[in-house]
Amino acid sequence: MRTHFQESLDSLKGKLLAMAGMAEAAIDAAVRAYQERVPELCSKVFENEVMINLAEREIDHLALDLLAMQQPMAVDLRFILAIIKSNADLERVGDQAVNIAERVMELIALPRVELAADIPQMAAMSAQMIRQALEAFISGNAEQAKRVLETDDVVDRMNQEIFLAMDKTMHECPALIRQALDTLLIARNLERVADHATNIAEDVIFWVRGADVRHHALAEEK
Amino acid sequence: MDRLATAGAGAAAFVVMAPLIAIFVYLVVRGAGALSWAFLFNSPRPVGESGGGIGNAIAGSAVILGIACLIGVPLGIGAGVCLAEYGGGRLSTLVRFVADVLNGVPSIVMGIAVYALVVVQQKHFSALAGGLALGIMMIPTVTRATEEMLLMVPRSIREAALGLGVAEWRTVVSVTLRTALPGVITGIMLAFARVAGETAPLLFTAFGNQFWNWNVNQPTAALPLQIYTYAISPYDEWHRQAWAGALVLIVLIVGTVALVRWVTSRGVMKGTG
Amino acid sequence: MGMSLSVRQLNAWFGRRQALDDITMEIPANQVTAIIGPSGCGKSTFVRCLNRMHETVPEARVEGSVIIGSRNIYGNGVSPVEVRRRVGMVFQKPNPFPAMSIYDNVAAGLKLNGFHKRRELDEVVEHALRMAALWDEVKDQLKKQSGASLSGGQQQRLCIARALAVQPEVLLMDEPASALDPISTSKIEELIFQLKAQYTIVIVTHNMQQAARVADGTGFFLLGKLIEYDATEKIFTTPVDKRTEDYVTGRFG
Repeated sequence: MRTHFQESLDSLKGKLLAMAGMAEAAIDAAVRAYQERVPELCSKVFENEVMINLAEREIDHLALDLLAMQQPMAVDLRFILAIIKSNADLERVGDQAVNIAERVMELIALPRVELAADIPQMAAMSAQMIRQALEAFISGNAEQAKRVLETDDVVDRMNQEIFLAMDKTMHECPALIRQALDTLLIARNLERVADHATNIAEDVIFWVRGADVRHHALAEEK
Repeated sequence: MDRLATAGAGAAAFVVMAPLIAIFVYLVVRGAGALSWAFLFNSPRPVGESGGGIGNAIAGSAVILGIACLIGVPLGIGAGVCLAEYGGGRLSTLVRFVADVLNGVPSIVMGIAVYALVVVQQKHFSALAGGLALGIMMIPTVTRATEEMLLMVPRSIREAALGLGVAEWRTVVSVTLRTALPGVITGIMLAFARVAGETAPLLFTAFGNQFWNWNVNQPTAALPLQIYTYAISPYDEWHRQAWAGALVLIVLIVGTVALVRWVTSRGVMKGTG
Repeated sequence: MGMSLSVRQLNAWFGRRQALDDITMEIPANQVTAIIGPSGCGKSTFVRCLNRMHETVPEARVEGSVIIGSRNIYGNGVSPVEVRRRVGMVFQKPNPFPAMSIYDNVAAGLKLNGFHKRRELDEVVEHALRMAALWDEVKDQLKKQSGASLSGGQQQRLCIARALAVQPEVLLMDEPASALDPISTSKIEELIFQLKAQYTIVIVTHNMQQAARVADGTGFFLLGKLIEYDATEKIFTTPVDKRTEDYVTGRFG
């Protein structure tokens, strides 16, 4: 029953996935720009931002229409709620990519320097979290979503380490304050990306299980 | 095609009404001449004397029919209620069977039966016996009409009353029957019109009377009887009175039915179908 | 004030066919409880067991108990007629008495039970019609207009007034708005919301959005069994049983 509705839900999921792809690509481009110091990659990030915003608007409209027209209940209702919220989180991920690209543009203008911050590794973890959260979304797998929640701690720790390292660098080498600051901010942006991945994972769990795990420690969810 | 059907229906209606109109016209032609106030209010006079009338017969018929209704209507409605509301089962089949048989009994046989059961026991003719015979003849029609009209009342009306905490018998009387009343009254009028013109049953029960009589335990005149008596007589004068009497009988029956319809329609609420 | 209902192991049959299977549920006082489920699931039968109307059908049978307040309506010596005065019912298709005026319709429950005091009847009729939000529309035509001459929505409100006039403690409504247009439906739903302050209301509906709008608690029936019974928002956002979820999402039914 309700094949038309089911098709609409599937279409909505597809659009969210496509948008997630764009957001992931944006983070990836920004981090590569950092590694290779290539300003063209940053320009690409700035351009694609428009596409991401358009996609966000489209998904919101579709979700709103479905709510109004189809009166979804229970699991369908929770699904659409998850779509709407993840939609917002992914758009913010796109924003974070832009922020990173802006920092990179500054870094490129400054003298190159090796700092004690493994940005590529942190970026890889955050990107993987986003990917995992979206995979959990596609397959409706709450277990997979829970693993994303666990990884957030690792990224938080990495952010903390980079903060302390940059703090030390700024004290010891005042000439490198700008680079250190930019690097610290990039780390902060990546930590935000991980947070958004966590939000998406929580939304998946609520959709699939009807269990509200937001703002609770994992231990309390049992 | 539609117009052909309409024309056909109109023709059929005319064919049905034609004998009725013909009879009425014929009665008027043959009988109007003998009509007069004296005719309507006087009792019969011997042949040769003028001024004889059917007044006592009209009164007698009224009394006899009144008794018939008192017997036929309650019993008929009661049986109808039984069949409609408590139907199913062997009792209903029996009641229905008896009603059908009663309907088929020739009126003269009914008269003879009441003669044997009542007149012979009492050793005299009476309006009561006549009323009894006619009343019994009314029962099947009233029963059938009551049952059918009650069954036509939608179940939802009954349920509404039951849902209010009204007892079942009260529901039947005050709600279902009240809703079905117009149809039931039609049935009663049909039965009335049928027995109002019956002659044969009265031959052996009310027997007829040349004089005014208000005692229900005595032989009483009745309009059909009087018409019959006049009609089979050898006198022209009485023949003319027979025609006039027939005319009066038809007018009275039609008039009574119309009056009852008018009175009951005034009681029906505005807005119901 | 409304009463709570306690249904314990309620079973019902039509002849040999079992229509209700071991239903147990607590219906709280002064709340609206909705009964939902696909056609033939037994929801109408269930509600008709709550005022002993089920047994008016030939060969119908009930086992189990329904305790209203503190008395089991199926207890020994309890009269069904008495039960129906405490538990009122409004039916799916409005059924005002066609041979009675509006006034007589509302007063019917009282008059037919022998209560004839004129002035008090007047008060009861007015009060009931006001509670049913019908007074202003009919107050000039009370005795002249027949119950059947009103519009569908007005007829249903008349039936509600009629049920309220006998001052029941519980009001049962079997799909009360399914035969009505959206505006009348909305008026009836508004009415239900106001009535629950004084009555306990049980409403059968096949319209899930209606249940979601008016009910505090909702019970889902399937094939004569009570599958799930919980707060309405829980049934419609996070139901526990898959069958409930399939039904409320329209996967079947």
